Amino acid sequence: MGKSINIIESTAVPVTIENIDTDQIIPARFLKATTRDGFGKNLFRDWRYENGDEQKPKPDFPLNNTAYSGKILIAGKNFGCGSSREHAAWAIKDYGFDVVVSSFFADIFKNNALNNFLLPVLVPESFLQELFELVHQDPAAEIEVNLENQYIKIVATGAKESFEINSYKKTCLLNGYDDIDYLLNMKAEIEAFEKQ
Amino acid sequence: MVKTIAGGPSVLYIDKHFIHEVTSPQAFKGLEQRGLKVFRPKQVVATADHNVPTLNQHLPIKEALSRIQVEQLKKNCAEFGIELYGLGHPYQGIVHVIGPELGITQPGMTIVCGDSHTSTHGAFGTIAFGIGTSEVEMVLATQCLMQTRPKLMRINVEGNLNKGVVSKDIILYIIAQISASGATGYAVEYAGSAIRNLSMEARMTICNMSIEMGARCGMIAPDETTVAYIKGREFAPQGNAWEKAVSNWSTLYSDADAVFDKELHIKAEDIEPMITYGTNPGMGIGITGHVPALSEIDEREKPSFEKSLLYMGLNPGEHIKGRKVDYVFIGSCTNSRIEDLRMVASFVKGKKKAGNVEVWVVPGSRQVEKQAIEEGIHKVFEDAGFILRQPGCSACLGMNEDKIPAGKYCISTSNRNFEGRQGPGARTLLVSPLTAAAAAVTGEITDVRELI
Repeated sequence: MGKSINIIESTAVPVTIENIDTDQIIPARFLKATTRDGFGKNLFRDWRYENGDEQKPKPDFPLNNTAYSGKILIAGKNFGCGSSREHAAWAIKDYGFDVVVSSFFADIFKNNALNNFLLPVLVPESFLQELFELVHQDPAAEIEVNLENQYIKIVATGAKESFEINSYKKTCLLNGYDDIDYLLNMKAEIEAFEKQ
Repeated sequence: MVKTIAGGPSVLYIDKHFIHEVTSPQAFKGLEQRGLKVFRPKQVVATADHNVPTLNQHLPIKEALSRIQVEQLKKNCAEFGIELYGLGHPYQGIVHVIGPELGITQPGMTIVCGDSHTSTHGAFGTIAFGIGTSEVEMVLATQCLMQTRPKLMRINVEGNLNKGVVSKDIILYIIAQISASGATGYAVEYAGSAIRNLSMEARMTICNMSIEMGARCGMIAPDETTVAYIKGREFAPQGNAWEKAVSNWSTLYSDADAVFDKELHIKAEDIEPMITYGTNPGMGIGITGHVPALSEIDEREKPSFEKSLLYMGLNPGEHIKGRKVDYVFIGSCTNSRIEDLRMVASFVKGKKKAGNVEVWVVPGSRQVEKQAIEEGIHKVFEDAGFILRQPGCSACLGMNEDKIPAGKYCISTSNRNFEGRQGPGARTLLVSPLTAAAAAVTGEITDVRELI
């Protein structure tokens, strides 16, 4: 898994559906692995294939449309709701995405994404619709996501939207740190807290 | 709270950590890779629930991958010194059923689990929420977690419930009102006389589904009902510790002048038995209501709405009462406790299931199963043609063999009606145990009020 993340300039894959739950991102029957690898091939499994059959890709689904590719997934609002399965973030990352853009993210998914160096970029609904329109009209359109300066930009037009991220998490993503290292360094404080 | 990081999250200390076979193996692997031990193994409790079979649990698990996960959990618990209530153990069951029933869940605690329905434990006035596997690893390693402060919402439900309306209907009603994302970013407190009048198990059903409207957690202030429920349970405090605990718990309520970022007021008498028609739990209607017509749907939301109805095989504007169903599933961390089973049994007693339905009743734990047998509830089910299976998550998420076939309609007491949730192509209609029991007897979507 690629650690640390900053500027991503890429084309994007648009999935306009709203309320995409983690059961769609990775169905429960694929949660039986004991490692974090290899979930990408089952990303959106039941939306990608007829009856789950890899020989029968559904042509309408954007991941099967060869016009679309890239490291940025753009999805409808309330992305990642439902189950806490981190396998959803693993599947998206493993498939090759570094960024998910939506107008609304479910809480647990957002944390899981951040813990896996998958950047959730929250944009206003109007900008999300602008992005969908852009990519539908020109699948080769480049989009720049800049973590350090906290903006997302349509390269051709320069249209830009800033996004929020808390400064602690931003530092982690830029430097490849994870929470567990931070917490391990706090052991003394944690033990002192336990004695209170 | 151990510490607040400037411009960032807080470090939250976790009192109790529940783990299960599906979301923990990668966390243990992470510990091994970093050469770490479990920091506080006594504060971790494990069970096998998500992919265990619900028939013949004494036999080795047939499905290889499920077996490997359950065995891996056993190995990890032995290696890291964690108590495991695995298959065959008298305390085994769905993680959110066994925590409360064993008295492990107590007011004022912080509780996490790699499962979104951890919000269930909030019924005891705990801060309880679901986490991902990286976070499971953090808690195993340090007993702490990074968390940002949620916004606060209070939902007041006042008045008396109508006949045939139970706590599941309250929460389905709330979610239908505010949508599947209406509480995202919030910690929700449920208050009001209708909530106060509920039993602990009924309160758990409500808090359980907090996540279905996106809430970080749901909670209900502890009261005499809470104390009476915990008293005498296996891991409840004893003697002096009990007195002290009860006095602490009595301080756990919102101040009279507490300010909430959002507050909702609901009249209990407005709620009728509820049912979902779509593919997220916010798509709910009263049992006598109709699927929204296209004219009632926002232009931008139409494609998702139509996709949902296409999956469900339903039409905009149609009434769904009277529609035939194929399966009835009574179970899950939402509705598989003894009161749920009693509710179903008291309705079903002396009746028979309809010929066109298959009815699965899956108790939430070994203890619930035992009690059901002691009370003769299993006989009522047998006589009615229901199958009482063994404890586990079962057809709520279809990770084991308990899957609903593609295209079939399942009336379910579980918590999610997502596409494929109960099996690829399965069509889930979420209801209360009472409404499920009515459908089991008539073989169709039924207004239980006409039968009681």
